[in-house]
Amino acid sequence: MLSVTGLRANVGDKEILRGLDLRIGPGEVHAIMGPNGSGKSTLAHVLSGREGYAVTGGTASFEGRDLLALEPEERAQLGLFLAFQYPVELPGVNNTYFLKSALNSIRKARGEDELDAVSFMRLIKEKLKVLHLDDSLLKRAVNAGFSGGEKKRNEIFQMALLEPKLAILDETDSGLDIDALRVVSEGVNALRSPERSMIVVTHYQRLLDYIEPDFVHVLYKGRIIRSGGKELALELEQHGYGWITDEGAAA
Amino acid sequence: MTSTPAVEDIVGSEYEHGFTTEIESDTLPPGLDEDVVRAISARKGEPEFMTEWRLKAYRHWLTMTPPNWADVDHPPIDFQAISYYSAPKRPEDGPKSLDEVDPALLETYEKLGIPIEEQKALAGVAVDAVFDSVSVATTFRETLAEAGVIFCSISEAVHAYPELVKQYLGSVVPHTDNYFACLNAAVFSDGTFVYIPEGVRCPMELSTYFRINARNTGQFERTLIVAEAGSYVSYLEGCTAPQRDENQLHAAVVELIALDDAEIKYSTVQNWYPGDAQGRGGIYNFVTKRGDCRGARSKISWTQVETGSAITWKYPSCLLRGEDAVGEFYSVAVTKGRQQADTGTKMIHIGPNTRSTIVSKGISAGEGRQTYRGLVRIGQRAANARNHTQCDSLLIGDRCTANTVPYIEVKHPSANMEHEATTSKISDDQLFYCRARGLSEEDAVSMIVNGFCKEVFNELPMEFAVEAQKLLSISLEGAVG
Repeated sequence: MLSVTGLRANVGDKEILRGLDLRIGPGEVHAIMGPNGSGKSTLAHVLSGREGYAVTGGTASFEGRDLLALEPEERAQLGLFLAFQYPVELPGVNNTYFLKSALNSIRKARGEDELDAVSFMRLIKEKLKVLHLDDSLLKRAVNAGFSGGEKKRNEIFQMALLEPKLAILDETDSGLDIDALRVVSEGVNALRSPERSMIVVTHYQRLLDYIEPDFVHVLYKGRIIRSGGKELALELEQHGYGWITDEGAAA
Repeated sequence: MTSTPAVEDIVGSEYEHGFTTEIESDTLPPGLDEDVVRAISARKGEPEFMTEWRLKAYRHWLTMTPPNWADVDHPPIDFQAISYYSAPKRPEDGPKSLDEVDPALLETYEKLGIPIEEQKALAGVAVDAVFDSVSVATTFRETLAEAGVIFCSISEAVHAYPELVKQYLGSVVPHTDNYFACLNAAVFSDGTFVYIPEGVRCPMELSTYFRINARNTGQFERTLIVAEAGSYVSYLEGCTAPQRDENQLHAAVVELIALDDAEIKYSTVQNWYPGDAQGRGGIYNFVTKRGDCRGARSKISWTQVETGSAITWKYPSCLLRGEDAVGEFYSVAVTKGRQQADTGTKMIHIGPNTRSTIVSKGISAGEGRQTYRGLVRIGQRAANARNHTQCDSLLIGDRCTANTVPYIEVKHPSANMEHEATTSKISDDQLFYCRARGLSEEDAVSMIVNGFCKEVFNELPMEFAVEAQKLLSISLEGAVG
């Protein structure tokens, strides 16, 4: 589904990703962990097509397409979804309107019929329940005045609605208290399916107690230096990043 | 172009009445002096009082100099190079076919979904289907007459309702007010007159679009709306489709009068030709609009969406004289390319307990230049006056500018004033967020801008609001990146 080989990317003059390899099959959940500045968010941004990063080498293919050649909206239309670490506020833009436009834009790109207002409302009400979100959210402007927890829940709500093939959760746990973390994780787990893959980018093992990954990768200085099963996360929790990064640096 | 027999009949019948033969003598040579003013008045067959009224204005105009305080640049206007009276345009004067019209303009018409015949009319191409609207207009006039509403051209009103005209014309914007209003008083070509009798709620939204000859009111338009006690009217001016006009200078005057408990809602969508990419050939729109809340509990509300013109100079204002009178100003102004706009409002609180609201949304893209200039004055007798002002500017790109120049004068200690101003940019973060959800960059911009303008669009009549949104999206296409 996603295949990344030798990916290199710069921000300005600084090389952040230095030959990263990652292969993700359908339905798999991969956790990417690593200390601050290891390139986790850069990876999420480069894969979703954010400007400001220069890809200097390597390839990324998604669903058989050259991902790096596509515009961000084309990647979304193809089934890629990025849950933002810091969801952006869009003052005055009604949430329902935003979601409907996004969904229909994706449907249109896939050659499907656009949803009318009635079927859309039915769909949206159904998805709200998954995230334990209130109807009032629909009447508000996108993320405007939302609490940190609401913003993150709104991201997962959008994911539920847009039904991506690959979701990248960029530090979805940051800024969440334990209750909010549970709700968000339950939402994410409800969206796991054999057709949907996920990349869970996180700093802490904590999130992985709720969202259990199939694979764990440790990212350090722009490369994946260790991969393993979910037990790798537990080891990291126990020993800290140091025991791997020292090895990684030596290698 | 093929024409239907019915249309040929009408065209033919005009010929019969000597319409075209009269035209040569009906256009005055460029230049302005007392004889020209007299000639204009004579052409329109005006009564003596109007001729004198115009002359008085003209003589005063000679003592004035053009204003230079607005933040706009243009070469000095040669007022002697303008022809101050021309009869309705002959078809031959305009482009012969749509092939001669600026393709960018046509593209916009296409996007707005304007029928081909209407496109021709707007672009000034000889057209034979305008007559459709004549019949529509007639139907409307009948309904209005039943309600006692007068809705006619100002020339017609001078003849048919001279007492009303004498009483109200120039009573809100006197000829001494400003340079352009004074010029307008001397040479105004035509315009609209609306009179709503006491206690009448006007049964429909009035629109210049439905007034016969509205297309040819020319560059010095004059509008007068009088709402008697307890009456209500909503008036729509303009058109979402870009209108071409070979007259570069437009100096209109609009006067509104609301008596006790009367309410006037005046909505404008201004989309004059802004000129080509270098700003050449665009309209200079120097307009004086003022509403007089003369009666107690009267209300005047201005809503404007300004996307056109090369230069806009416009401050729709309210004089809040009556006790508990309410003034409102909701504005969206867009400048892009080389457009310049210096626009805002004046809320003059004279009576006690008067309230005003100002919501101004400025959007600047390309090399657009925009200034919000607003005055809120609380007079000595205006006890408990309240004003809330909100001025937001949105910048797209890094070559445009936006300024806010609020003037506040308070002469009563009980006044309550609030002023909020923000300037923001459409951020890369916002765009990326939308695009990561599958929206194209243009849809994203349009969505963010429409969100920004929402409070103003909410004030527009429904149909107008939908069109205005569409217009805004089209105006800003290609503005990013």
